[in-house]
Amino acid sequence: MQKNPQTIAQKILAAHCGRDHVGQGEIINAEVDIVLGNDITMPLAIKEFKKIGVDRVFDKDKIVIIPDHFTPNKDIQSAQQCKAVREFASEFKIKNYFEVGRMGIEHALLPEQGLVVAGDLIIGADSHTCTYGALGAASTGVGSTDLAVAMATGKLWFRVPSSIKFEFKNNLKPWITGKDLILYTIGMIGVDGALYKSMEFTGAAIDRLSMDSRFTMSNMAIEAGGKFGIIEVDEITETYLKGRAQRPYKVYSSDPGAEYDQVFEIDCSQIDLQVSVPHLPSNAKPAAQLSDITIDQVVIGSCTNGRMEDLEVAAKIIEGKKVKEGLRVIIIPATQNIYLEAMKRGYLKIFVEAGCVVSTPTCGPCLGGHMGILAQGERALSTTNRNFVGRMGHPSSEVYLCGPAVAAASALTGKISIPGEGAR
Amino acid sequence: MIIKDKAIKYGNNVDTDVIIPARHLTSTEESELAMHCFEDLDKDFKKKLAWGKIVVAGANFGCGSSREHAPIAIKASGVRLVIASSFARIFFRNAINIGLPLVQSEEAAQNIMQGDELEADLGGGTIKNLTRGKVYRINPLPDFIQGVIKSGGYIEFIKKELGK
Repeated sequence: MQKNPQTIAQKILAAHCGRDHVGQGEIINAEVDIVLGNDITMPLAIKEFKKIGVDRVFDKDKIVIIPDHFTPNKDIQSAQQCKAVREFASEFKIKNYFEVGRMGIEHALLPEQGLVVAGDLIIGADSHTCTYGALGAASTGVGSTDLAVAMATGKLWFRVPSSIKFEFKNNLKPWITGKDLILYTIGMIGVDGALYKSMEFTGAAIDRLSMDSRFTMSNMAIEAGGKFGIIEVDEITETYLKGRAQRPYKVYSSDPGAEYDQVFEIDCSQIDLQVSVPHLPSNAKPAAQLSDITIDQVVIGSCTNGRMEDLEVAAKIIEGKKVKEGLRVIIIPATQNIYLEAMKRGYLKIFVEAGCVVSTPTCGPCLGGHMGILAQGERALSTTNRNFVGRMGHPSSEVYLCGPAVAAASALTGKISIPGEGAR
Repeated sequence: MIIKDKAIKYGNNVDTDVIIPARHLTSTEESELAMHCFEDLDKDFKKKLAWGKIVVAGANFGCGSSREHAPIAIKASGVRLVIASSFARIFFRNAINIGLPLVQSEEAAQNIMQGDELEADLGGGTIKNLTRGKVYRINPLPDFIQGVIKSGGYIEFIKKELGK
């Protein structure tokens, strides 16, 4: 066995502070590969950046700015914020500034554009920055002051996390996607079950899982308190990176004998379609047990589930059918490319003919921004990531979380439903 | 630094959406954010500030979004200290970075009740509960983080490092 075996998280952090080994719990100052901000976190970061008193950013090509939360601008105040962000991007010649029209939801867009690659250390002023762990990267959310400091110096302090390993075994039941696996996992360990820790997703079921489903799983590591949600690089990752990675990438893997706080074995053959009931993502239950819950709105979209696979699943279920009368169904492809591809494949036609709304990419309703805010007492079933009090609108409204199959099946019935056996 | 004040108590998993709902994230003004602090959690928070300025909560305080608006709203409300069983990691970083004092102590968080009068000596590593006659020990933060706090936040810390 290797001397000083390390987890993948340790190895990536060590490589970014010029060392061979870092210990769990140690505080290090590391160089980051990509620094990300959006229209919510960037305005505060600009304020802090100006206080530092530097007249340049550390590297104009390593900063990515995406106005995606309240865009296309939902009101005058958000327009002012976007204007400030746009002006900053222009002043510092930020290459990767994505204006409305090119813009997509950041955590779908960065991987799609090949801006984040395996082996990277990435920070973003958005909690779901952990999404890129699916590419074998160490990637985590920070706040605006950290973003400001990273933009100025290219470095940030990190506490080297301990890790929890999740081994997903056996075959998935029909219609199960990454969302069901991660909701089930969060339900098992709780919303602080991985607090400060790196979650590693491994096992035969992960090996067979699509890239889109892997992004969904890493995306929600934060909902268990996780710092990273890492999946090691395999053929599926390399196929995804091929032709899109804008930089050479590096493959890291955990050493045999690396230290884990916990190791969980999860039998996927026992996992049913999941729904997390209000008001915590950890309140996961089999969807089939919730068939008497009526809903006012369905949302299919977000950095969690607005990718091609999600739209494909939804289109298969909705094709040729009609949305239940009185229900609002909002579908939000996460990027312009996904939108175009969904158009080519005829999915958008299926959705619109069924009575769904199809929106331009935006985070929109996920965080109660716009494009589908809930009134008092209303209930949404959503493929998004959080069901906290007031998340999608009025403080007395409710959000139930699910994957695309349950969302689409429920769109047809107006109640929490699972797709029929014959539907696939 | 000694902070003497009364406790306002909340439960587990106080998330950033209830600390400052996203509908108010179209502003970065401290006073504007303070106006809506804890709006969806506790309608009476502002009334309570008249008698207490230490927030005490359970596990995973500040979970959810990375919005730094959350600790800013709390600090700008006049809250002087947050004590919790545990903090979500991004909230913890953000609070340290902007100079909102935090104490992680499961014992204190569980034992302290709403309205208890507290005397926190962060340098000395103790919190006295004057109402209940108890003393809670605080584990010191890592040296690096203490350095950031002593500088008055991460921006000031970095300015010193860069010689600005």
